[in-house]
Amino acid sequence: MAWVNSDTCAIVGIGATEFFPRGKSWPRTINELAGEAILAACEDAGIGVRDIDGFAYYAGATAGYVDKFDTGSLMETLGMPAVSFTAALTSGGGGSAGAIGLATAALKNEDCRYAVTVMACQQMPHARLGAVFGAMKPDPELSFLQPSGLVGPGHLVSVLTRRHMHLYGTDPAALGEIVMASRQHASNRSNAMRRTPLSREDYEASVMLAEPLRRLDFCLETDGAVAVITTTIDRAKDCRHPPALVHGVAHGASRAWGRAFSWMGMPDPEFASSGHRFTADRLWDQTGLSARDVDVALLYDHFSPMVLMQLEDYGFCVQGEGSDFVLSGRTRLDPATGRGANGGIAVNTHGGHLSDAYIVGMTHLVEAVEQLRGTAINQVRDCNLALVTGGPAPVPVSSLLLRRA
Amino acid sequence: MTAAGTYGPARFLPGDQIAISTNPDTEPFWSAAKDERLTACQCGACGRFRMPPSPFCPYCSSRDKQWPELPGTGAVFSYAICSRNPATGADFVYVPVVVEPDGAPGVRLIGNIAGCDAEDVHIGMPVKVAWTDIQDGWKIPNFMPQSLA
Repeated sequence: MAWVNSDTCAIVGIGATEFFPRGKSWPRTINELAGEAILAACEDAGIGVRDIDGFAYYAGATAGYVDKFDTGSLMETLGMPAVSFTAALTSGGGGSAGAIGLATAALKNEDCRYAVTVMACQQMPHARLGAVFGAMKPDPELSFLQPSGLVGPGHLVSVLTRRHMHLYGTDPAALGEIVMASRQHASNRSNAMRRTPLSREDYEASVMLAEPLRRLDFCLETDGAVAVITTTIDRAKDCRHPPALVHGVAHGASRAWGRAFSWMGMPDPEFASSGHRFTADRLWDQTGLSARDVDVALLYDHFSPMVLMQLEDYGFCVQGEGSDFVLSGRTRLDPATGRGANGGIAVNTHGGHLSDAYIVGMTHLVEAVEQLRGTAINQVRDCNLALVTGGPAPVPVSSLLLRRA
Repeated sequence: MTAAGTYGPARFLPGDQIAISTNPDTEPFWSAAKDERLTACQCGACGRFRMPPSPFCPYCSSRDKQWPELPGTGAVFSYAICSRNPATGADFVYVPVVVEPDGAPGVRLIGNIAGCDAEDVHIGMPVKVAWTDIQDGWKIPNFMPQSLA
């Protein structure tokens, strides 16, 4: 069933601050970071910041989980005369791609005219994102999990990865290939946080933080902010750049995924998955498309195995064959053809969370828009359709297909 | 700097660094644990299990609950190998295990395993519960290989 709102809204503006290693953005405040990204996105779109009248957040409008910003403070300092939509998807980074669906809902309901989605991260020593579970006295639900010493998201994902290896014979070298491919894609990007080439020996020398996951399987921790502006296609015509059309978008998850690695109750096959099958199927149902039609995949990569499991959940390969798919090099951009190597799909051409920067999914949105505009540093040839994902995380995870106009 | 396969004995994280909190939904599980009785939340109407304990049965929406004593055996469903104490950062080999307990289909329990080398833990490994004292007089279920007498 074709989605009634397909191609009726578009991302028209993208903006970012410079990126800093964790904790290095001070003395900038969280509102300065968020505001700078919003102003840059408005400039990119060719609109004034006072034209913004909608805020469509994710992660409950928390800033990288450890600080807070909110619409009141942002409109106060940025001078928006009125705001007629302000809402967020629940839970965490799993909603990053789906926030564009929230913006679309607001625009199609005529709640607002220009909706901004913004994420700002600023980690201070007393509130580190990666220790977000461990820093809390466990609530009654987490009291069934945290005493085991599974205190960080990487610990939790390692348990899912182990099951994937058990069920499908997944080769740990596939995780190394995902990290090395991300590093290759980041190597020519001057703003990327990790650009030095990475050999297989370098990867295998990386310390095991939670076997089977090494330090290099964990994403970066970055300070900075990114904003994107979504509007209707009639208004997009007056913007500075070609629009990136919202072709399909979904958020949510099945109950079999649910609280996911905070729960550990998922049956097979969901346990050893990215939890994206539900939103992937919605996306394909909305658009009549499939993984074969995608030109570039910007897959949320907080941990390397979740790239492999998303390749399976979206149908780039069948479940259980992600290891072979990755090890054949098919997630790399082939410079000779400008497409995924060996007939594959170019994944995270910006270097992703593993090598470029970690702004909780937002850099994936920016890369998708640049790919569709034809301005990406690692440009995919004939790029018409970009997949962007948010999560794997407790519900919601999310899926977005952007199309070149 | 531990290479794969050379961890040595897996240990329980020290109970004096572990705290839990409870609510009326979960308290019966922990009260039984204090008496070293392993239980799980079972629907009083349809008999199906769920964990952690929650107000409604997800299958029939009943609020009736019962707390049968389980045999205390089970099998490893998945695990990770960690080598630093998360509270102190000190070198400390521990293995968080997700266990499927016998007698409660669909339930998973999460704890540590000790009594074997970390590299010998495997999926499907038969385990039995071992109780660990933690803060405030509570006990948590951890696990040992069933092969240990």
